[in-house]
Amino acid sequence: MATRPPPRRRDWSWRSQAFRGLVYQVLAAAVIGVALWFLASNTVDNMRARGIQSGFGFLVQPAGFDIGESLIPYDALDQNWKAFLVGVLNTLRVAFVGIVLATGLGTLLGIGRFSRNAIVRGLCYGYVELFRNIPVLLQLLVWYLFFTDILPPISEPFTLGGMIYLSKAGFSFPVPVWGLGQALAAAGAAVCLPIAWYYRRWAIRQFELTARVRSVFLVPVAIVFAGSILGWIAGGAPTAWNYPAPGAFSMEGGASATPEFLGVLLGLVLYTSAFIAEVVRAGIASVAHGQVEAAGSLGLARGQTMRLVILPQALRVIIPPITSQYLNLTKNSSLAVAIGYPDVVSIATTALNNTGRAVECITIIMLVYLTTSLSTAGFMNWYNNRSAIKER
Amino acid sequence: MTAGKPLALASVLAAALLAAAPAQAGKTLDAIKARGQLVCGVHTGLAGFSAADAQGNWSGLDVDVCRAIAAAVLGDGGKVKFVPLTAQQRFTALQSGEIDILSRNTTWTLSRDASLGVFFIGTTYYDGQGFMVPVKSKVKSAKQMKGATVCVQSGTTTEKNMTDFSRANKLDLKPVVFEKIEAATGAYFSGRCTAFTTDASGLASVRNKEAKNPAEHVILPELISKEPLGPAVRRGDDEWFTIAKWVVFGLIESEEYGITQANVEKLMNESQDPVVMRITGKSEDMGKLLGLDRDWMVRAIKAVGNYGEIFERNVGPKTALNLPRGVNAQWNKGGLMYAPPVR
Repeated sequence: MATRPPPRRRDWSWRSQAFRGLVYQVLAAAVIGVALWFLASNTVDNMRARGIQSGFGFLVQPAGFDIGESLIPYDALDQNWKAFLVGVLNTLRVAFVGIVLATGLGTLLGIGRFSRNAIVRGLCYGYVELFRNIPVLLQLLVWYLFFTDILPPISEPFTLGGMIYLSKAGFSFPVPVWGLGQALAAAGAAVCLPIAWYYRRWAIRQFELTARVRSVFLVPVAIVFAGSILGWIAGGAPTAWNYPAPGAFSMEGGASATPEFLGVLLGLVLYTSAFIAEVVRAGIASVAHGQVEAAGSLGLARGQTMRLVILPQALRVIIPPITSQYLNLTKNSSLAVAIGYPDVVSIATTALNNTGRAVECITIIMLVYLTTSLSTAGFMNWYNNRSAIKER
Repeated sequence: MTAGKPLALASVLAAALLAAAPAQAGKTLDAIKARGQLVCGVHTGLAGFSAADAQGNWSGLDVDVCRAIAAAVLGDGGKVKFVPLTAQQRFTALQSGEIDILSRNTTWTLSRDASLGVFFIGTTYYDGQGFMVPVKSKVKSAKQMKGATVCVQSGTTTEKNMTDFSRANKLDLKPVVFEKIEAATGAYFSGRCTAFTTDASGLASVRNKEAKNPAEHVILPELISKEPLGPAVRRGDDEWFTIAKWVVFGLIESEEYGITQANVEKLMNESQDPVVMRITGKSEDMGKLLGLDRDWMVRAIKAVGNYGEIFERNVGPKTALNLPRGVNAQWNKGGLMYAPPVR
């Protein structure tokens, strides 16, 4: 194939492809810029003409409202930005836990579609068709009302030996009283984490060099565990726990997951895992059957074949669509406001109503979801590149 | 944000973003006349104030205010298009011109009057925020509810009032905030929350219309806030603001002088009381000053009756809500309803 000579450095003629491309791009950028400027200035003009006050100054005004559950200490006298932060953290909490659980459940269901057992296959198929075809908002409401209706009242909670309580106040469980011992245990685990990682790398390399099998999972876990135990003992081995106990109107002490959180989590996990199951199934189906036969002739068991041969190859097909599912789960968590979970949308609508800053609050919501989604997508793209086939 | 409310809110917002320059003074009245219809923003469903029946007919106190204004302006109380709005949508809908008037049990506060581009035209119901609890919880006073969980609807002044009350009495109340009132009451009735809070009139509405057995729920004696509920119009049209305001005052003054739906025709022809003659347009033409017809108030009263009749028909002791007249009685009967004179 004859290669064209590279374009001359400065060819300002209309016949130059590079020059035309540049002109079109400048024009497109200008049109977008003017459209955005028009929207912004028109909005500001209209709001001023109608006597609507605007600006982001309200973020440093006291919020003045309480929030039901928060990961960080929050008081009604704190400023609005902190209320938003509480909402963002609540959104991230349910999104993170949801993504982890949905991935686990979805993978199991996807693999289950290839089971030799017809009942398992049928159940997995039925699950996928049931949960992915019911609107997620409906599922959230059903789970939430189900929770609040069947759970016993706080005055007569369901309990497991006075340690764990299940009632209309949610799922309450004991937590260790945070002290020196706990801090040192966390520090010990943190110190041992890189050691465990290096051991794992060394064990894998040793396996490749000498074919001697060393544990690449249990030993690293044991190393981290040992580190935290040592830290705990060094801190005086504290055993104090903060136990929950039913009060007059709420569970006191311990930690708890509210019915709102559980409702959102369960709804999102069940819905999203149905989609992830399909993605995993497609990924597994895309691996050529010869790979299974090759693994079989090497003497690998079925479980090993799945874990060592099929899934690593399927992963390359799975990761891009699964990223979309993660983003969907995160964005769907905005429906939490329907069942009273204080996510960022819920906080923003409260702040919006108290301050009247509609445009500003919606802008903040959009920026939060945009940032979360782009970070998730960025991370998954990085992981995708890492696990892509490296041609040598 | 795949479905539901954010979309609705976003569309209202988009309307605000793309709307042309705001209306000039007097334009609202012209637009309503040209359209032949008043567009009125109401609650999505609060029995006694605004609720639609199975046939789609709206009724309630807030609804009747809109009918009265439509009758005064267009001559027919039926020429109203009701737009049900959630608490968060309401101000944006008014700001963006989607509705002519917002009559949706909305509390008149300084920050709303001064910063939202709306003006409240008066108070049609003096209310206060209260708490409702199940009888079996044995709570007799809101101050006993230490650490309690309280169900509340978002987008209202309620959340802030509750926080203020909780702080002042060191109660550590935990709000569970729902987008829709149906979800909030549903969670309360299922036992998730110790109490449900909103304006006392709203509590009466929920208790008598939503509860399986109203006797199982009690409204606590404490009213923790002042909630003057009233209609609001968009800023920038003083003429329309004046018309809406004086129709409401006219309804209140009509009650004071005994003009009712039943006798308005007779009084118009026979009464020699100068006040009645002014209201009915027999003597001076008050309607002309507002840019309306001479019989503007006669038509409003024929459509829905005076303020007292509206109250009794929708929320009064003979209705399911069973709300006493209380502070909403006329000023000369120990209440707060005091209309400046139609003169």
